[in-house]
Amino acid sequence: MTTEQTQGQRSAEAGADGRAVLEVTGLDVHYGPRRQRRRALHDVSLSVAPGETVGIIGETGSGKSTFARTVLGLVRASAGRIVIGGEDVGAYGSRQWRRLRRRGVVQYVFQDPLRSLDPDLTVEESLIEPLLIQGVARQEAADRARTFLARVQLSEELLDRLPGELSGGQRQRVAVARALVTEPKLVILDEPVSALDSANRVQILQILKDLRAAGVALVFISHDLGSVAGVADRIAVLYQGELVEVGAARDVITDPRHVYTRLLVGSAPTLRSASADRAERDRLRALLHA
Amino acid sequence: MTTLSAKAAPGTALCAAEPATEPATGSVGELSTAGTTAAPVLAVRGVRISDQVTDREIVHGVSFELTPGKTVGIVGESGSGKTLTCRATLGILPPHFEVSAGSIEIAGTDIATLTPQQWTALRGATISAVFQDPASYLNPSIRVGAQIAEVIRVKKGLKRREARHRAVELLQAVQLRDPELVYGQYTHELSGGMLQRVLIAVAIAADPQILIADEATTALDVTVQAEILDLLAELREQAGLALVVVSHDLAVVAQLCDEVLVMREGEVVEQGPTSDVLHRPRHEYTRLLIAEHDQYGLEKFLTPLTPQETS
Repeated sequence: MTTEQTQGQRSAEAGADGRAVLEVTGLDVHYGPRRQRRRALHDVSLSVAPGETVGIIGETGSGKSTFARTVLGLVRASAGRIVIGGEDVGAYGSRQWRRLRRRGVVQYVFQDPLRSLDPDLTVEESLIEPLLIQGVARQEAADRARTFLARVQLSEELLDRLPGELSGGQRQRVAVARALVTEPKLVILDEPVSALDSANRVQILQILKDLRAAGVALVFISHDLGSVAGVADRIAVLYQGELVEVGAARDVITDPRHVYTRLLVGSAPTLRSASADRAERDRLRALLHA
Repeated sequence: MTTLSAKAAPGTALCAAEPATEPATGSVGELSTAGTTAAPVLAVRGVRISDQVTDREIVHGVSFELTPGKTVGIVGESGSGKTLTCRATLGILPPHFEVSAGSIEIAGTDIATLTPQQWTALRGATISAVFQDPASYLNPSIRVGAQIAEVIRVKKGLKRREARHRAVELLQAVQLRDPELVYGQYTHELSGGMLQRVLIAVAIAADPQILIADEATTALDVTVQAEILDLLAELREQAGLALVVVSHDLAVVAQLCDEVLVMREGEVVEQGPTSDVLHRPRHEYTRLLIAEHDQYGLEKFLTPLTPQETS
């Protein structure tokens, strides 16, 4: 169960010095009752260094959301180790998880901001709640909320609004601000821009780039190779529950090794000529399905 | 993808060798004849669409022509009017929307003059369409093959057995791996990509001259999207099908199209041959769409479009 087994593994592994914010080793996840157990993830190993952005790219059924949910403690792994900020969380029970989440070390943003925001809380309440739980004084929490709202380029006027009164793009930015107020070491983003139009997508991606500059480690999960390539330092490719390739973003895009990665890169529509031609795609499909 | 790979090669020499077309200089809604002489199968001229209830104009003038084997792309976000334009072309505008100015000609016939019976004869046989959510266009309780065969029986007047035979042929033509098996399956047994292939099979069952693909690949995985786009390109080459490809993604349209219309808020803000729009975008919005790919897309690692754009 070593990372060397995965095809296309590259040397560009970060966090090998033990400082990793997230260190996942040999992760297996199964769903379903014993008889019809289905494997969602198999032997996934990945580490994320402080301030690093790692993109996880995968298509429907690849297990990418399972990965996010397992790292956040929402799904139990059947094997493997998960270490967040030096804590081995693999054996954590729900109480320990709650305590870890309360400390705000790891945060998350989902595709649908309504899932990460309480619909009955105003923007301000959503932003200060995690701070109040940590014991931050109300006034200071309110100040921090304003600071982080400005960071995601939203006006203070929105503080009294409910999520339902915001546009999709504004809502997602509030979700990002909410994830940031506790100044986490790690933020897991599962398809954060997939439901947004171009202008909002660009804005969120820019905010993520600024975050990286501020030293927050990000795991950016998406089916869209383009947005992953836009922000990630390294890209991990999930295919049918296995990491088939991990490497520096530029290497994975310009010199993909695994057949699936080659097909994925060759299938992504670009404004340039680099995507593979039809014959090449046909050849890769045949190879992959053989 | 022959069109793009030839045009977007580094260096602009290939662009200069493009058919001598006049870039639609600034003025929007100008007809771009893309250097072809064949008679258009579809001519959209200055089409405006209004909501009769609010008396508001939603689409402010769209014009393009399409000849056999060619592809026009319409790019825009939700609310840009691209889907309304398609629906007007198919004669299926939602209630209380109407074409308030301009004209649409399909194979030489002004659609404003068509009776409902004539429309029925035209749809499927001359113009056809596929949309974003294939499952909602198929009956979940009837085997997909039977639904294709029905179209063939009605539109082509074939007998049951011939229609079945033809339906299997069509499933083969859209590159489904086991057409006989798929013929007997229900929608819930098929993946999104397979369903979209079935829908394309239905759409081309009566040998139309024009196929409109409105966000037909949006809900699909990238690798599946490429399969569908490849299939459309192949149909265009083999059957001389004229395509209208509608997408929110400029790159999808760029893969396939000879000419591109960029729409925003009901307005065509830019229109011209694909290579011109990509290499020399004039409108700020088109530049935004291109910049989005350049800064936050695969393009970040690929050779720049033109040397001077490496900012």
